[in-house]
Amino acid sequence: MSLSEFILVSIIKIVIALGILLTAVAYTVWLERKVVGHIQNRWGPTRVGPFGLLQPLADGMKFIFKEDLIPPHVFKPLYIAAPMIALIFALTSISVIPIGNWITVFGIHTPLEITDVNIGLLIVLGITSLGVYGVALAGWSSNSKYSLLGGLRASAQMVSYEISLGLSLVGVLILAGSFSLRDIVNAQAGTFWGFIPRWNIFQGQIVAFFIYLMAAYAETNRVPFDLPEAETELVAGYHTEYSAMKFAMFFMAEYANMITVACLATLLFLGGWHGPHRFGPPFVQAILPVFWFVAKVFAFLFLYIWVRGTLPRFRYDQLMAFGWKFLLPLAIANLVITALIVAWRA
Amino acid sequence: MVPLSYYLVLSGILFACGVTGFLIKRNIITIFMSIELMLNGVNLSFVAFAAQWHALSGQVFVFFVMVVAAAESAVGLAIIIAVYRTRETLDVDRVNLLKL
Amino acid sequence: MLHLIVFSVFGLVCVAGAVNLLVQRHPINSALSLVVVMGSLAVEYLLLGAEFVAAVQVIVYAGAIMVLFVFVIMLLNAGVEDRTKGSGVALLFGIPGMLIGSVLVAWVLLEHSGTESVAVGALPGSPKVIGWLLFHDFLLPFEVTSVLVLIAIMGAVVLASQPGSVQPESAQPDKREV
Repeated sequence: MSLSEFILVSIIKIVIALGILLTAVAYTVWLERKVVGHIQNRWGPTRVGPFGLLQPLADGMKFIFKEDLIPPHVFKPLYIAAPMIALIFALTSISVIPIGNWITVFGIHTPLEITDVNIGLLIVLGITSLGVYGVALAGWSSNSKYSLLGGLRASAQMVSYEISLGLSLVGVLILAGSFSLRDIVNAQAGTFWGFIPRWNIFQGQIVAFFIYLMAAYAETNRVPFDLPEAETELVAGYHTEYSAMKFAMFFMAEYANMITVACLATLLFLGGWHGPHRFGPPFVQAILPVFWFVAKVFAFLFLYIWVRGTLPRFRYDQLMAFGWKFLLPLAIANLVITALIVAWRA
Repeated sequence: MVPLSYYLVLSGILFACGVTGFLIKRNIITIFMSIELMLNGVNLSFVAFAAQWHALSGQVFVFFVMVVAAAESAVGLAIIIAVYRTRETLDVDRVNLLKL
Repeated sequence: MLHLIVFSVFGLVCVAGAVNLLVQRHPINSALSLVVVMGSLAVEYLLLGAEFVAAVQVIVYAGAIMVLFVFVIMLLNAGVEDRTKGSGVALLFGIPGMLIGSVLVAWVLLEHSGTESVAVGALPGSPKVIGWLLFHDFLLPFEVTSVLVLIAIMGAVVLASQPGSVQPESAQPDKREV
């Protein structure tokens, strides 16, 4: 494939991926409001369109028409840049996430992801580490005590749980032998005894899956770890002084992070796009892996929202103690045991 | 195809900027950041030479430099916090109690 | 050709970030320019084929060490630097001296290094190969640096703690009977 063809195909894939991701973000908001509403024995949005399906559109218009004011006492360059930094890093990690096999469209053979790098997992971890800047700078540049406290707490929480997140993934890496996300998924193809799929969660990484789950909830600042942005505790934490479009950017960044984390969990622990797909005409066979991927991501997002509707939140010292004194030793123990088992098998 | 000397010149410029920052700045934290800039310049040199001589130990050494830089910045920032608590200033010119 | 263009673009971003670090008077701007320098250095490492080193540069340097710097600047509420007599003298002698020195070094390097070029991805440093080296040839330095990091963690916790909060149990008299 020549260079110009590669660039053209990549640009088309970037546009499609961004479009799908932004729509997914909007409809994850709708899903959350509906599910949390039903958990709390009420309907959620029902008026705008059937089942409230046009609610994200109404929300978007509200954010555009709201007055976008900049308080006079903020540190202007960083105040304006922080939500952009948060959103850019939240949207970038979609570029190495594969959603299906290689397909051939109009004679061009291309993988169903923007690019397949052989350090894909490290890139996602790196982008997660850089996402802390959006939160920290937002909290500091707002020049107000609630924002500073919320920003410091949120960034300290994110940095602490990044370690357990990374360590829980090393068990998966040992089993798969490569950092490339496509290789990790392909190592989970096939089944045990004909009907139990060979997903990493069944290959002994169940503890790692739960560590990843909890670390992911803390990384994306969601309940039960959402003290930095809890309304009753810190007004609104690091995005107290933000309104309209900038607040919408933080909102979108949070949900995009959620979707990225759900995609990663699907790829690393739930087998990615593998599922029974040997039936139907060839066109259906090419699309069915994408359908399985989306179904698994949806299940993970539903779990996220279900936990949000059910659990109370941790206090800050409980949160930090949990991350450092329980999750980190557990993740190290998981790593050691996985390594021992793999070395013993070899 | 980029000649190796271009990489070395870039590394030299970064190192020189680091030394300049170390000499002309008065805020302790900025001086510390200039030290990190010097370390980064040296890292680039290591990787460039590793590529030229096809010796992967250059890249492994960069890994060690980064680990040492991480340890040093953790301790250094803790010292800066301790100095700030006692002297209430971040200006190196004002930390001069031992001066005659 | 594309290699030269990408190298020059990110090299210019590196140098601009480094100069911005010197020119800015508020430490938070200097910290953010340093993050930009580290990001573009990661791209330069990728051009040389060192993919694992580039990823570690972003994760460790730009994503953890610089976050620590930004934290400390936020915590200590560092303000704009003020000009003192010492800093004026250093500016007057330091900057021309550095400029002359770096021009000399650059001239020597460009004159005497011949025409060896480095291709894109000259030395692919995949994680597997680097891991092999780390755990076979460089095992002793690896273990020593891990002990070093442990000592640094303990030192940082003790140094940065509030005075009086890290004390052994026996040193605190029981004050409850009043």
